[in-house]
Amino acid sequence: MNAKSTPSSDAPVLEVTNLVKHFSVSGSKGIRKTRATVHAVSDVSFTVGAGQTVGLVGESGSGKTTVGRSVLRLTEPTSGSIKFKGQEIVGMKRGDLRKMRREMQIVFQDPQASLDPRLTVGSAVSEPLRIQRVPGKHSERVAELLELVGLAPDHARRFPHEFSGGQRQRIGIARALALNPSLIVLDEPVSALDVSIQGAVVNLLDDLQDRLGISYLFIAHDLSVVRHISDVMAVMYLGKLMEVGPAETIYTQPSHPYTQALLSAVPEPDPTTERTRQRILLQGDVPSPINPPSGCRFRTRCPIAKDLCAMEEPALIDRGAGHPVACHFPTTNLAEIVGAAAV
Amino acid sequence: MADTAIPEGLLGADPDLNDVEALNVRVLTPFQMAWRRYWHHKGAAIATIIMTMLLIIVIFAPLTARYGINEQVLKIQEGNNVYLSPRSIAWMGTDEIGRDIYSRLIWGVRTSLFIGVTSAILSVIIGTTVGAIAGLRGGVFDDLMMRVTDIFLAFPFLVLVIVVRAALGNLPWLTAIIGDISSIRFLIVLFAIFGWMGVARLVRGQVLSLKEREFIEASRAVGASNTRIVLSHLLPNSIGPILVALTLSVAGSIIGESTLSFFGLGPQPGTNSTSLGLLVELSSSGAKQGNWWLVAFPCGALVLLVVCINFIGDGLRDAVDAKLDTGK
Amino acid sequence: MPSWIQVSEMTDPLLCLKDFAVSFRTPNGDVQAVRGVDISVAAGEMVGIVGESGSGKSVTFLGVLGLLPKSARITGSATVEGLELVGASNRTMRTVRGKKIAMIFQDPLSALNPVYRVGYQVAEMIQAHQQVSKSEALTRSVELLDIVGIPQPKVRARQYPHEFSGGMRQRVMIAMAIANDPEVLIADEPTTALDVTVQAQILEVVQRIQREMNKAVVMITHDLGVIARVADRVQVMYAGRVVERASVNDLFAAPTHPYTVGLLNSLPRVGQERLQPIPGRPPNMLRPPQGCAFRARCPHAAPVCAEKLPELQPHANSMTACVRINEIDVAEMSGITA
Repeated sequence: MNAKSTPSSDAPVLEVTNLVKHFSVSGSKGIRKTRATVHAVSDVSFTVGAGQTVGLVGESGSGKTTVGRSVLRLTEPTSGSIKFKGQEIVGMKRGDLRKMRREMQIVFQDPQASLDPRLTVGSAVSEPLRIQRVPGKHSERVAELLELVGLAPDHARRFPHEFSGGQRQRIGIARALALNPSLIVLDEPVSALDVSIQGAVVNLLDDLQDRLGISYLFIAHDLSVVRHISDVMAVMYLGKLMEVGPAETIYTQPSHPYTQALLSAVPEPDPTTERTRQRILLQGDVPSPINPPSGCRFRTRCPIAKDLCAMEEPALIDRGAGHPVACHFPTTNLAEIVGAAAV
Repeated sequence: MADTAIPEGLLGADPDLNDVEALNVRVLTPFQMAWRRYWHHKGAAIATIIMTMLLIIVIFAPLTARYGINEQVLKIQEGNNVYLSPRSIAWMGTDEIGRDIYSRLIWGVRTSLFIGVTSAILSVIIGTTVGAIAGLRGGVFDDLMMRVTDIFLAFPFLVLVIVVRAALGNLPWLTAIIGDISSIRFLIVLFAIFGWMGVARLVRGQVLSLKEREFIEASRAVGASNTRIVLSHLLPNSIGPILVALTLSVAGSIIGESTLSFFGLGPQPGTNSTSLGLLVELSSSGAKQGNWWLVAFPCGALVLLVVCINFIGDGLRDAVDAKLDTGK
Repeated sequence: MPSWIQVSEMTDPLLCLKDFAVSFRTPNGDVQAVRGVDISVAAGEMVGIVGESGSGKSVTFLGVLGLLPKSARITGSATVEGLELVGASNRTMRTVRGKKIAMIFQDPLSALNPVYRVGYQVAEMIQAHQQVSKSEALTRSVELLDIVGIPQPKVRARQYPHEFSGGMRQRVMIAMAIANDPEVLIADEPTTALDVTVQAQILEVVQRIQREMNKAVVMITHDLGVIARVADRVQVMYAGRVVERASVNDLFAAPTHPYTVGLLNSLPRVGQERLQPIPGRPPNMLRPPQGCAFRARCPHAAPVCAEKLPELQPHANSMTACVRINEIDVAEMSGITA
């Protein structure tokens, strides 16, 4: 599963090109009304192959959740192209979009909020079938789906509040599978679960991918889980992609200073290494997406930023690492960055 | 109920097939949990019992009322029947032309309840529709609707009602549809016109808070239309506030009708009908002579009715507490 | 000498919980959230409390500070510098909260009042326990903001909470917590709601304060990485009990309880084909199971485990609540797939 480091050779299931999403927010400063633009996603491009998992990581303000929702057109993209199995989704008419919705689904983070508390589990899981007017008896399909995710068919009569968080996530996954989608966007699917149970849901997702060949867009902030499940990892910061490449490579040999900082900030469950390792301590907070820095967006916190970084935005291209990096001075040398940060 | 709030995570869910220890906890539907919570509210419980009894008496009026609505207690020949104090032939005394107050009260409550409930239902239907659309759609429609409600809510209720009543009542084409200005139908429509705003606000608020919830998004992701989302998800989850608004609306209408009748603007007496308000109004002259039963019983009934309805509303509010969503 | 004995014998524990228990009264019965824990923290050390949902880790310390709802019944003993807190009057508790023991909560947003300036709120904390003038308190609050690493503290003290980012707000919370120089700091999942790069900063602040000001710190978390980074000693909690107590090195190198082993195993590791979660779920605390609460999910469970509630006993350099620790190879968790 993790061995795949090259994208699938079949035509990509999802092709995102130059995706942009800006939100307009109005506020007030005293009596005056102010209008500001939140640059949530600025020019993001990536592809997801058949049966592949692309992990999208980033912190708050990175825009990763917005990307996930834009892909499904739950949020309307401001501009850009999203091709699903070769068909352009942006600008698609309602009727056609409805048909496309069978093919791409979403699983949310909060197991409690993602299920209507008034509907039985069976109703929730069969709702997609009813909305898309799938003919036939739904109860059989519901039973099949529940078993697929490791629950019992007679759980269909129960209500969400009778289940644990992990089980509710499974129900959410069952619902997402109801229409046999080719792509599932998973927005922090295990973040709200206990660590010792996350593995069960992750294993389930792995199994489903092996069996059904579904592609995943796995959005998360927990880097170790993303590393485990993803083939390709994409790192976002303030609405832009910083680095995209095979998950293993990104994790072990990151080239972008932000990726390095991110990885060095993640606490490892090993006291000896944890207390002796070199760590990049970034200063300050993530800048506001309303006023992103000029040039490279990371430069205000980057320990090795130079003048060029403020003037010219680095393009996301291969600079020798074998995968695209958006940095003028990419380096896999952690010590160099740590040294610069300590100054 | 906040005192018994348990920190999250302490109540593991029901055991599934893997657990060694089987816990025998009864499985409850959200409705059953709400039912329980409702009856836990002492005031609501008592009020419900009283209201049920009242309703039975009132619905079976021909049987439970001892006399007709305009029937006199005694024939003139048999003796004086005017302003009799409470006694065996007239449990609550008689009025200025000898009619039994008790029976008239029953008929009156019947009418008042009818007006209250019907106008409340009408208000809620209108208000829910407007509120749901405004909340879901947002934008210009929302702004417009909210400004309209703001305007209406800015005026003192009774003043507005009296003015509008006069205005509408003089439109012949309108009265042809909804009835004469002094008819019950007219009154119901009038109250509905003024009652929907509060409900609209409430429903709009609910919709706004619900529509960003993830299960709504999940439905959208599958291609559900707005109508479907409103009908299958938003409204069922808003039943709580709607029910509460309904009960308060009933109470409001009853009081409103009484007030209007007191000023002579309600349904007119004579035509074989009466209402609580009328009873109170008509009693004003006789009461000055010291015939306390003319005022006490109708007013007492009014107070009892409104208090009971309010308690029921309280109980409903408890029953549909937000904890319904957490199910803990 | 086992490290855990060393630390607690060298210095008197500032905070000492003995047989501390909390239960909540509900219409369905009593929920036994905490079922008798012994925890002690000495000055200058950071004790990590690890647990997942239902372990009772937060409830324990909320109970110590008297911050639980009225339906909570607390038994046992909890002393800070010898002062007994269980059953203490409200007046006593008010002298303790903020002054002897301060708490840092998970969500800084809800803990700060949005309509008051930040400097004022910190000053308010100071004035609650110290007899100082308002201007003195404000000066001190600026100093505190500086200690926790907020740049331009004088300017920022005059700002409102919404002008601060999550990480900055958490620093403000820490400033408020140390405002009255409490001996004990309890940090309840202080970094869970924060981004990972910010988390690193906050942990650095807490650790610096612990060392420079010689405070006793309790770090409650579910994140073993955080424990590895900052804790000196660790108590692992499950279903309202402490199931393992060890130094941080011993805990990771040689865990002595099957739950700890399961927890460590469930973390994603390099080159794993499948993750190894712990099967099943934590028990319902309304009717906790007989004997060891973990036996339903433990690969080494045997009939002896159901007999009685296991007590902590020494094993190697740690303490463990597993009665079978000497009979089993606790690291052997194979055969478990989810």
